[in-house]
Amino acid sequence: MQNYLIEIFGSEIVAYILATVPVLAFIVLFVLFAVWLERKVSAHMQDRLGPMRVGWHGVLQTLADFLKLLQKEDIIATANDKALFNIAPYVVFVTTLATFTMLPFTSIFIGSNADVGIFFVLAFSGAVVAGILMAGWASNNKYSLYGSLRSAAQIVSYEIPTALVVLTMIMLYGTMSLGEITIAQTSHFWNWGIFGGPELGLAKILLVPFMFVAFIILFISTLAESNRTPFDLPESESELVAGFNTEYSGIKFSMFFLSEFANMFLIGSILVIFFFGGYNSPFGYLGNLLGIEWLIPIEQLLWFLGKGMFFVFVDMWLRWTLPRVRVDQLMTICWKYLIPYAFFNLLIVGLILLI
Amino acid sequence: MSIYDLIFYLFATLTIVSALMVVSSDNIVRSAFYLLATFFGVSGIYVLLGADFVAVTQIMVYIGGILILLLFGVMLTSNITNVEIKKGTAKILPAVIGIGILLGAVVSVMTRTKWKIHLTEIPQTTSFELGKLLITDYVLVFELLGILLLIALIGAASMARREQE
Repeated sequence: MQNYLIEIFGSEIVAYILATVPVLAFIVLFVLFAVWLERKVSAHMQDRLGPMRVGWHGVLQTLADFLKLLQKEDIIATANDKALFNIAPYVVFVTTLATFTMLPFTSIFIGSNADVGIFFVLAFSGAVVAGILMAGWASNNKYSLYGSLRSAAQIVSYEIPTALVVLTMIMLYGTMSLGEITIAQTSHFWNWGIFGGPELGLAKILLVPFMFVAFIILFISTLAESNRTPFDLPESESELVAGFNTEYSGIKFSMFFLSEFANMFLIGSILVIFFFGGYNSPFGYLGNLLGIEWLIPIEQLLWFLGKGMFFVFVDMWLRWTLPRVRVDQLMTICWKYLIPYAFFNLLIVGLILLI
Repeated sequence: MSIYDLIFYLFATLTIVSALMVVSSDNIVRSAFYLLATFFGVSGIYVLLGADFVAVTQIMVYIGGILILLLFGVMLTSNITNVEIKKGTAKILPAVIGIGILLGAVVSVMTRTKWKIHLTEIPQTTSFELGKLLITDYVLVFELLGILLLIALIGAASMARREQE
């Protein structure tokens, strides 16, 4: 993809900038779809119908809402720190968007196949905290500040189990590049991370239970990092209005909204890449069967999006199933359970890999 | 001037201007946020030098760690935003001497170092080589740093615990 663009435009930089356009377009389209899905899922779980008026079963409802948001007045209170208040949504959105450059959507499209891959994703999802604190502080509102401090504490704490599990998976695959991790899991679904990775033999069978533990830990900790229920303390509506984005309206609010939903897909796709083979199909490709070369990337894209969307759906499902945890429970889960388990898992997987 | 030079000057300006703003800003929280831009600019320069791993570590450690800690410190300290910050020149002579010595040291290091000016092949990736060096040549330093960090962690935990009782 990049090589093709470099050939057309003759400049690496222009090609790389253009390569991010599909990703940006994907995020916007995905969010439009995901917001509708969230409303539909929540409605059906509560025995309602949800949005039904705009388009077929309300598919275009989000588009209508988005157009409404664009027209809204951009309210800036007098006591806000105006410069920081205006920059914060973009800091949050840009850092979230930056993580998407590392995701291998298909075998031919990766924003950047840099070797630092997952490390980059972790670093930038940590940098989001700076934007959130900026928003909370510049709002000059105690609910916003509480929300942003809670959010920052939560993200910083849950980064540790995430990083430990990511370390385990880097040991298994021997690379940090998300593209190469996906390539390592090709050909059969028993090569996927959750089934012990690409290595065959005794080690693979021994690894399966520990991979499952790693998957559960990564799922819980990334869910907490994206501030979703049951870990939605930063924006718990009953206590803090809407958390750090209480004061925002119009397009700036939609920036936060975009990055929140983009984050949901990001954590889903990280799980998919580590444990469920990324864009690889479990059954082989129709394109290979029919001998049509260009069909394969499209199938890969569909598999990747399908698997990612499944985890987004699980997040929504959990939201309407579990109650919110308390702050002390939140920290207990992280420091007393997830981190020790992740450490032991790391040690055991390391030992198994040495054998 | 190639497009890479342009990007370099962009990052360099970002770093220097925001670093100046850090020390000249009236508001301490704003200073902390200007530091964000400084760290980001430095990380961009690392990328242009081909040091991808160091660049990401810069973001991870400085923005994701140190800056957040700094912001927490600033935000949770009561009345810190209303403190009058002195920015004028107070003692000009010691400052000039101090800066002069520092400048002299930096310039002499710059001129005396034998820089590699012949073009070497830029490595595609640095993390593999860095990892190998860390567990072979620099293994002692690496382990000592690990122990130091562990001690700091235990110390922090025990201090936090004592306050609770």
